Amino acid sequence: MLEIISNYWLTFLIGQYPNGPLGGLAMTMIVAVLSILMSFPIAIGIAMARLSAWGWLRMASAALSSFVRGIPLLMLIFWCYFVIPIMTGYAVSGFWTLVAALTIYEAAYLSEVIRAGMAAVPKGQTEAARSLGGGYFLTLRSVVLPQALFNVLPGITSQFISTIKETSLGYVIAVNELTFAANQVNNQLLTQPLQVFTILAAIYFLLCFLLSRGLSALEFSIRRKRGLI
Amino acid sequence: MDFLLPADQMAMLLWGLRTTVLLFTVAWVGAFALAVILVTVRATEYRPCRWIVDAFVAYHRNVPLLVQVMFWYFGMPEILPEGIRFWLYDHNAEFSLAAIALALGSSAYQAEDIRSGLRAIPATQFEAARALGCNYLQTMRFIVVPQALRISLPPLVGRALLLFKNTSVAMAIGVAELTYRTREIENMTFKTFTVFGIATVLYLLGTFALMGLGAWLERRTTPGRKERRHA
Repeated sequence: MLEIISNYWLTFLIGQYPNGPLGGLAMTMIVAVLSILMSFPIAIGIAMARLSAWGWLRMASAALSSFVRGIPLLMLIFWCYFVIPIMTGYAVSGFWTLVAALTIYEAAYLSEVIRAGMAAVPKGQTEAARSLGGGYFLTLRSVVLPQALFNVLPGITSQFISTIKETSLGYVIAVNELTFAANQVNNQLLTQPLQVFTILAAIYFLLCFLLSRGLSALEFSIRRKRGLI
Repeated sequence: MDFLLPADQMAMLLWGLRTTVLLFTVAWVGAFALAVILVTVRATEYRPCRWIVDAFVAYHRNVPLLVQVMFWYFGMPEILPEGIRFWLYDHNAEFSLAAIALALGSSAYQAEDIRSGLRAIPATQFEAARALGCNYLQTMRFIVVPQALRISLPPLVGRALLLFKNTSVAMAIGVAELTYRTREIENMTFKTFTVFGIATVLYLLGTFALMGLGAWLERRTTPGRKERRHA
């Protein structure tokens, strides 16, 4: 196993780069970070729609979010894979297909987290801001969201960890990420699948485990600095 | 349905749905049984038991399901005894190994849900039951478990939904379930929208059915239901 690591650690880390496309762990992280960043504003929008005063907007956003959460991510990836080229007329790379699918999927889940946070901000806060003359958007931006987003920080970080794990499904549409790189290594070696997939699982484990521990420690220290604990 | 897809292709798709449902059922039953065992083992005072269960849960929560499935499909047969390996390859190895991986993955989450349900029951409930003369098993059976199950029911339903959707990952190792069949028929006919549309509706029906079942169970297990009905 050590031999595989010493021979192929670069493939696991960055794929064929610089002699070929960037891949491996670096690609996994790029896809995950890009998707979560893009899904964030959409999630806030859906959460706003779900708490809106207009019934039709609440219904439409609830239908959209339960549709996305009711189908497997793999189905959504295939939808994006086939439908985006037909709709836009461009051949879209696997990378952008995966980012698009993950963005939609995470936006639906993240919107539930953010909605819960927004609903948990006491009503008096909104009423006070409105009676001081703040408009809807000002109230949202400077009163509700800062409190809501901070309170649901654990939910957001765990959604980020899920996104990292979900990038592995890019393998199915041949996106050059970590799982794909491991399969390439496995195909070159042919005889040591157990070792290769143990290494793959270990990389994901270390990444997600340490990241979730690190992020919750960070959150804890922020809370303590703000005097909340 | 002939206007959407020819009957034979529709049959293929429905056969895929059957495999999906079968995979989900097998994996869920296995996962729930294993989760109960995990919770019981973790409840013992013996520390190494706890560490093992915690490590098991941490592994399955931090490694992508696809990687777990690949690990079982590509890696595990290597260390299985030859007899079992050949038997597996003769008997739809993809399905069994995918079911094992899915069950193990889901059991880790279910164990956490059940454990937090148990933790929510005050110790005084247990003590009161024992003081009234119930033995350990009776206390668990009539006092603790019914309350804990009620608390863990919503997250368990959520887990079941995720498991149902996650069965699609098994397509990556060639299990001929719904997503696999969908791609296959799409490749044959290029009726992209129709095939994916039907498959999506089938998945949605599955998740809504599970949600309905969950809501029904929740209503059934809520105390005071009968009183309200007669009032």
